[in-house]
Amino acid sequence: MSNTLTHLKTLEAESIHIMREVVAEFRNPVMLYSIGKDSSVMLHLARKAFFPGPLPFSLLHVDTGYKFHEMITFRDWYAKEIGAKLIVHRNEEAIAAGAHPLKLGVARCCGALKTKALLDALAAGGFDAAMGGARRDEERSRAKERIFSFRDEFGQWDPKNQRPELWDLYNCRIHEGESIRVFPISNWTEMDVWQYIKLENIPIVPLYYAKERKMVKRGSMLIPADDAGNLKPGEVPEMVMCRFRTLGCSPCTGAVHSSATTIEEIVAEAATATRSERETRIIDHGSNTMEDKKKEGYF
Amino acid sequence: MNAFEKDIFAAADTELLRFTTAGSVDDGKSTLIGRLLVDSKGVFEDQLDAARNIEEKKGAKGAYLALLTDGLQAEREQGITIDVAYRYFATPKRKFIIADTPGHEQYTRNMVTGASTAHLAIILIDARKGVLVQSRRHAYISRLLGIPHIVVAINKMDLVDYSQEVYEKIKQEFAEFYGKLAMSGGEVTFIPISALEGDMVVERGSNMPWYQGETLLEKLESTPVTGKVTAKDFRFPVQYVSRPQTEELHDFRGYMGRIESGLIKVGDAITVLPSGLTSRIKEIVSFDGNLQQAFVPMSVTLTLEDERDISRGDMIVHTESQPQVLKEFDAMACWMSETPLQAGKKYLIKHTTSTVKAMVTALQDRVDINTLDRIATPPELKMNEIGRVSFKLLKPIACDPYQENRATGAFIIIDDFSNQTVGAGMISQ
Repeated sequence: MSNTLTHLKTLEAESIHIMREVVAEFRNPVMLYSIGKDSSVMLHLARKAFFPGPLPFSLLHVDTGYKFHEMITFRDWYAKEIGAKLIVHRNEEAIAAGAHPLKLGVARCCGALKTKALLDALAAGGFDAAMGGARRDEERSRAKERIFSFRDEFGQWDPKNQRPELWDLYNCRIHEGESIRVFPISNWTEMDVWQYIKLENIPIVPLYYAKERKMVKRGSMLIPADDAGNLKPGEVPEMVMCRFRTLGCSPCTGAVHSSATTIEEIVAEAATATRSERETRIIDHGSNTMEDKKKEGYF
Repeated sequence: MNAFEKDIFAAADTELLRFTTAGSVDDGKSTLIGRLLVDSKGVFEDQLDAARNIEEKKGAKGAYLALLTDGLQAEREQGITIDVAYRYFATPKRKFIIADTPGHEQYTRNMVTGASTAHLAIILIDARKGVLVQSRRHAYISRLLGIPHIVVAINKMDLVDYSQEVYEKIKQEFAEFYGKLAMSGGEVTFIPISALEGDMVVERGSNMPWYQGETLLEKLESTPVTGKVTAKDFRFPVQYVSRPQTEELHDFRGYMGRIESGLIKVGDAITVLPSGLTSRIKEIVSFDGNLQQAFVPMSVTLTLEDERDISRGDMIVHTESQPQVLKEFDAMACWMSETPLQAGKKYLIKHTTSTVKAMVTALQDRVDINTLDRIATPPELKMNEIGRVSFKLLKPIACDPYQENRATGAFIIIDDFSNQTVGAGMISQ
């Protein structure tokens, strides 16, 4: 037997170590669950980390009301399947007022339905640590993010005021009202995530698999057209064989042309992809960058 | 990419190597990382296009390579790397994590941070300038942090006509200096490269037929990712005690943690430190089924033959090979806070999974990281300074000298008023 771990098992061991530190050191941690592939991997790792015991924290889903219905169905099924406690939080006020990216602009819509909703949910639950499935390879401001990322009492991120992070020794100490966002899969890449989903047979939302979907072409993007509210005047939907590389809100998440209907085909596609996955996320483009949003408290 | 390559790329059984690069903009560090990412196809076209667009507006030839690793707003404004950035790429043979750190003296703490998790360090030397003060500093920090493999990449060979003579001269100069570093061990490799043109990075190029050694990427792919894994090195800090107390698991008591070094088997005789309680390993529990043996860096759950009072912060080790249990020790410390370290001050120390109150009893010396001279009994350690410090703890900890065991010899220093991480320490004895 060789005494060297594969890269996936090395990453797995690191993530499990991180989650156990969180549970051992914080009073009231929570795991943010966005239903996407990264969340699915993080949740699977959490089950491994605390086996044979149950998950020692709740899952929190910030629902903007614009998540694909396949995501909501999957979320409710999977939480029940693994016996997890699920908290769903929505900014009902903004949803009732009809917040929509085409109406408010992407930045304001995200600010209300995601950032504010997340900060409110964390405050309501009194959570002192929130684990999330962000990866450092996703976006350039994330490349400098700590695994244990300090947030002030307003939940905001100050890139200049982050703690040095050495070895695998994480400083978990905070004052009342402050919190830490923890990213257990910081060191995973998109490829690692797909390979691990395949290796471990982790269930994922069917939207990741290719099929004929009703879409509208907007510039270089393919936007879901199931909901007429997502259409701009003059746009005509058509049936396209496609899948989603990342999942967000339906008005702001583009699909890619694909015929990958199995996990093997998805891994092969990820291996030869020439464009980054965030390219299909409208929120990453525009003047309000990920760095700006993170400073305001965005995940 | 052809079908064969695609197949290998989809393989999930490659190893992971973490390495660090230290250097400033002038050394071509960002260009080198950009080159590694581009030539190993670790960059997507949309990211490449964005960098090329900026280059067209303001950059010199090849500037897009450096622009790929552009960081935060403040760094872009100043055109320097301040914080550690983590970058990822893969080849059919391996996955890599780069801790990309700045090279200036005022960012020593960031270099130390990046070096703490690295298994290999690339030290960049500008072929036109030879071994500079900062090259010595980078070499010293790499050795201080116990990085086992050091690659001296002699860069900008294109600007010295790819001269073997220049390469040999720098190699000799560095080797002489390195030999004087009073720290044993560490393998050193020299590679002549041109990050801008690509020679000896991923491709060999045709400009240096006189160099027969590995290219930089070949070296990264062939360096062993772990040292020898032996039973005697087994160290298991207890992170969390699992007592689910459900119906089926009524009496289950598992000790969760990560094997920081060595190897353990079911039935092995163990001792718990600092208490000294003994027992045997009953099971190695994992989600994927119980294991007969486990090794570094696996995260597992151990159960013991006997019921023992064990909690977070304790360390499980082999009875026949125990670390020291110390309440006082000397350590090399790198200071990271604007408020200096002084003798008589109290801090918290986080060492493996235990956090203990500690007092600085003396400052033995400070290292001038440029000349490597030692200045005895300095009044304080300022931010980015490194020195030998004596600590006295409220409670004893189980530990090894850092140069023998990075995981059980390392600690961070926390200010218990601000909660900031103010320093890093490496136990010397």
